[in-house]
Amino acid sequence: MKSILILLGSLSLAVLTGCGKSSEPSVKIGLNTELTGEMPAVGASSQNAAKLFVEQINAAGGIKVGEVTLPINLVIGDNGAKADQAAAVAQRLITKDEVVAMIGPDASVCAIPASDIAEAAKCVMISPWSTNHDTTLDPSTGKPKEYVFRACFTDTFQAQVLAKFALNNIKAKTAAVFYDSSSEAPNQQAALFKKTFENDGGQIVSFETYTTGDKDFSAQLTKIKSTNPEMIFLPAYYNDVPLIAQQARSLGITAQFVGSDAWSSPEIIKLGGAAIEGSYFCNHYSTQIATPIAQKFMADYKAKYGQEPDDVAALTYDAFGLLVEAISDGGSLDRQAIRGALAKIPKYDGITGTMQFQPGSGNPIKSAVILQIKGGEFVWVANAQP
Amino acid sequence: MLDHVLYLAQQSINALQQGSIYALIALGYTMVYGVLTMINFAHGDLFMLGAFACMLLVSVLTPVLVVFPPLLSFIVILLLVMIIIGVLGASIERVAYRPLRNAPRVSAIITALGCGLLIQSLTLVIFPYSKSMPKLFTNTTFELFEMPHPDAAGASVTLTITALQIVIICVSLILMVALDFLIRKTRYGMAMRAISFDSRTVPLMGIPVDRIISTTFLIGAGLGGAAGMLYGLAYPVIAPSMGILVGWKAFIAAVVGGIGSIRGAVLGGFLLGAVEVLAVVMFDSSYRDLISYSLLLLILIFKPYGLLGQAPNQKV
Repeated sequence: MKSILILLGSLSLAVLTGCGKSSEPSVKIGLNTELTGEMPAVGASSQNAAKLFVEQINAAGGIKVGEVTLPINLVIGDNGAKADQAAAVAQRLITKDEVVAMIGPDASVCAIPASDIAEAAKCVMISPWSTNHDTTLDPSTGKPKEYVFRACFTDTFQAQVLAKFALNNIKAKTAAVFYDSSSEAPNQQAALFKKTFENDGGQIVSFETYTTGDKDFSAQLTKIKSTNPEMIFLPAYYNDVPLIAQQARSLGITAQFVGSDAWSSPEIIKLGGAAIEGSYFCNHYSTQIATPIAQKFMADYKAKYGQEPDDVAALTYDAFGLLVEAISDGGSLDRQAIRGALAKIPKYDGITGTMQFQPGSGNPIKSAVILQIKGGEFVWVANAQP
Repeated sequence: MLDHVLYLAQQSINALQQGSIYALIALGYTMVYGVLTMINFAHGDLFMLGAFACMLLVSVLTPVLVVFPPLLSFIVILLLVMIIIGVLGASIERVAYRPLRNAPRVSAIITALGCGLLIQSLTLVIFPYSKSMPKLFTNTTFELFEMPHPDAAGASVTLTITALQIVIICVSLILMVALDFLIRKTRYGMAMRAISFDSRTVPLMGIPVDRIISTTFLIGAGLGGAAGMLYGLAYPVIAPSMGILVGWKAFIAAVVGGIGSIRGAVLGGFLLGAVEVLAVVMFDSSYRDLISYSLLLLILIFKPYGLLGQAPNQKV
């Protein structure tokens, strides 16, 4: 009996250590993203860009860490676009897979709970796409989280850009806001847009909500129609926007639609059709005003996946770029050293423009673009500087 | 004044559309409960498959369908979807529920939840992205009434109804009336009512219980499939998760109407549609679910078996 136990024990030990040693020395980077659930197109873009980045770095030999050059080992976790699952994936990547840093999650509803895990574990997290304040800011203390960064602009900046554009370019004096009150990013974007639009002299005539999973918006839209707004701000994800727009148009609403960066997936054009034609939204980059670095990325991405990269793909690529620069600048795989080096990157030339982290904050200083949906394409309209 | 009337009329059309879909799904829950006293939690996912089946049928049959007028091809596809989903529902009963018929109810309910998740996950593997539902006919918007907006110059207040809304409301009503006739006037209906009244004595009377139960699943799932197709046409972005929320709401509608009662399910469905819209009309839309479900809870406090439900016969 005893010998069997010993045999079993040594066997399991062999299996365990075997697992640990089977891989070559490498830099383990985690990707926590929305592969299934409400927004699989976001997860797919993020995963595609991550794989492309890792492939390119590894083909060139890897990352230079001090004296040695190591390849990247990408560990991907699916957060299902759910808050609890995102936290669980973050926990697994950081403690079990022992990644040196985590990229993602993308949506704020996932990024906020995951950021708390990363902050507690003192592991760098860079969210490519989460624009909500609370991702990088601890709402209970009001202080920035030390280990959480993002590669995109924030909702405050986005709200300012959109409110100014609505007042000055669309010349709208009255606006309605319609958003998903159970999702983080839309909630904050709606409130901030209302605040800035009213401050700058506009009037919000209707402020209506729905909940995640709703498909029928006719009651709220009929209500919005009765207040006769000149434009409707829809900070909604690409799955909801087409339904809202189609129902609004069939109710006879002719108001201009304006959206947030959550619109940026090409899926929105496929699903929305004529109803969203002519709508404007705020975004992180445009393929039409791409720098040479961005053009190379777009060509590589298109060659590998057969489609144009959306902003999630570009931001994920930039998040990886920032991380790798921090690792080689710091010359160490120590989580704290990576954090220090990341905060000190002087100026990073990314796909989505140049960025630099504000002192003592995980938010980069960078610009935004306004795009219009025209003839089944995202057409560049204007640039907005911080 | 008139603009308010138009506004309320518009909201009533919205409520009718939502209500008829809830009612169609609620029928499936209530029929299964009637014969088996179990909740078929896979029903919301059969509803979802109705939308996907329609999408696939349209993509396969388009070359054949173009020669027919749109209304005819709509009816053909609707019937095909109902048959496919109906057969699927009956097969699930045969494979997953029948072996558990004498097991505790909880086991059957857990099995149903499992079947639902299985269907959803399989669909998710095949269709990871949301799909666009094809159009079966042009969705013309009819303007029933128009008047100038009282507050804003140049704007107008209108009352509109779309072709799709008319089709959804009419098809649902036709299906419900047909079902009511089937249950009240045919031998099958009589057998079904007998099983729901006393499932132990019925086999002794020579009624083929298994066949009646299979038929009940066939019809219930078929109606769910039809609802899925209509829902997909009305809200043309379809995803494997679309059945969860709607399924829950329809289940609530069935309970409020009185689970086990056919007319109760219809009443519950339309009531839920009306209450949801009314909550938005009268209050801030953030309170919609809070208000509508509090109201439904209130109904259950006073009518614990639902509006048209009957207390189970107490047997000594």
